[in-house]
Amino acid sequence: MADRISRHDVAHVAWLARLELGDEELERFTTQLADVLDYAAEVEALNLDGVPATSHPYPVGNVLRDDVPEPGLDRAEVLAQAPETEAGQFRVPPVRGEAP
Amino acid sequence: MTAAPAAAIAAAVRAGERSASSAVQESLAAIAAGGELGAFNAVTAEAALARAEAIDSAVAAGEDPGPLAGVPVALKDNICTRGTPTTCSSRILDGWEPPYDATVVDLLNAAGAVVVGKTNMDEFAMGSSTENSAFGPTRNPHDPARVPGGSSGGSAAAVAGGLTTLALASDTGGSIRQPAALCGIVGMKPTYGRVSRYGLVAFASSLDQIGPMACTVADAALLYSVIAGHDPRDSTSIPEPVGDLNGALAGDVDGLRVGVVSELCGEGIDADVLARLESAAGALASAGAEVGEVSVPAAVFGLSAYFLIAPAEASSNLARYDGVRYGLRVAAPGATDMNVATRTAGFGDEVKRRIMLGTFALSAGYYDAYYGKALKVRTLVTRDFAAAYERFDVLLAPTSPTVAFRLGERTANPLAMYLSDVCTVASNLAGHPAISVPFGSGADGLPVGVQVMAPALGEDVMFRTAAALERLLPATASTHSAGAVTKGTAP
Repeated sequence: MADRISRHDVAHVAWLARLELGDEELERFTTQLADVLDYAAEVEALNLDGVPATSHPYPVGNVLRDDVPEPGLDRAEVLAQAPETEAGQFRVPPVRGEAP
Repeated sequence: MTAAPAAAIAAAVRAGERSASSAVQESLAAIAAGGELGAFNAVTAEAALARAEAIDSAVAAGEDPGPLAGVPVALKDNICTRGTPTTCSSRILDGWEPPYDATVVDLLNAAGAVVVGKTNMDEFAMGSSTENSAFGPTRNPHDPARVPGGSSGGSAAAVAGGLTTLALASDTGGSIRQPAALCGIVGMKPTYGRVSRYGLVAFASSLDQIGPMACTVADAALLYSVIAGHDPRDSTSIPEPVGDLNGALAGDVDGLRVGVVSELCGEGIDADVLARLESAAGALASAGAEVGEVSVPAAVFGLSAYFLIAPAEASSNLARYDGVRYGLRVAAPGATDMNVATRTAGFGDEVKRRIMLGTFALSAGYYDAYYGKALKVRTLVTRDFAAAYERFDVLLAPTSPTVAFRLGERTANPLAMYLSDVCTVASNLAGHPAISVPFGSGADGLPVGVQVMAPALGEDVMFRTAAALERLLPATASTHSAGAVTKGTAP
């Protein structure tokens, strides 16, 4: 059932996920994702009325540590891993003027 | 093919009867000789030898280095090691050296273990064959034309090939157990929250769990006992104390109620695998266990929910790879263009598929139909298991529907690859512990694993059953003549 997800849908989610797809990739991924969604649609046959959702296998409440200052990671060591830094901060290309 | 068990190495090193250095040198030599397996992304030879010498000095000074003294351990390359590259077998983490060690690494060091290197994996743990690595595939030590399984294929091949004594890996839908089965070793996924995930690169946070891989059940239990326990740095970590497992390993299965999962005993499972499962069930029965069949429908339909939940969480977790703070950056004039160029070049096809699948399942208009339903199915999985555990102490099932398949056999068909996980995902959805134990061989003499599942925090009874299977194996006809195999309808 190829209409579970269209080429247009795949192009849209690729953009949302900040991925760029060529024509061949768009075609191939659309078919492959439709196959998986078809299989996943098995769940449609199940009666799920009134069934609560489980988002976590072992429910625990909010977990807070004691409000005591502790040393964090060394800033220089962390920044040393970045592609580009300036004045102790991460540097990125210009954001102004981009399409939202 | 395999050397001394971890417990024997540690006992000898602690007693001053052998040096940690010799144990580590043996491992490093085996790694160098086994390069064609593609099991390691990085070998930390220099640091390992220095650490082994320090352990030997400690022993000479009358100190006890701990229960894993001098034992070589390999780490799946999604476990953070300070100052040593941690790549997740992805180009997007190219050159990244974590600024901290994972909690499990701290615990290994405190126990006297010696990390010998980082092992290959499917990129970001997404896959069942270790063919999705950006650095090339890992091969199965039993037949280099076959996959080792995945995603922890590097750790499995390293242990099975005798390159290391122990390995750590992660299991999100079967990534420890399935490669353990395909490589003929023991692999175990603990109860969700039992082992700290601080420093484990996240794939699907409500499913991921770190666990041990080893040649024997006792070694897997020893490694598990070192890494298990509460960690304030992981908010999903379980506070309950971890019990002593030594009694479990020696315990018998007389009167133990063992349920064979009927949904995993038929269609989709190869005949040679089923024959080994029947043999395992028979062996347990002959040792006094009460063996029966039990229907756990969720054991199979859970897979469809897993296809939606794991990618949904992955799409969120992998949003952090944007070329800003670490790893790869592909230059572009604007920030968003840079994000797109970096992610497009840095991620492989399988990671892109899962990110898009998850983004779709979470997107406006589809959320309720896909992700919302999958979360409800997850509740049914938990209920099905709860019902089964009212009647049985442990459940028995195959680990993988087939023996190791050939490289390239499933790469063109992602769905066929996903079906490799049909026997294992339910334990992740429920958060329950499960272990794969080698139980003889199937088609072409390749290893077959049998899976023991237990309720949450049931590691004790799980290890007890696994140890019994290991003891009972020699008494069974452990090989299956290839000519007699009638293939089932596995993917």
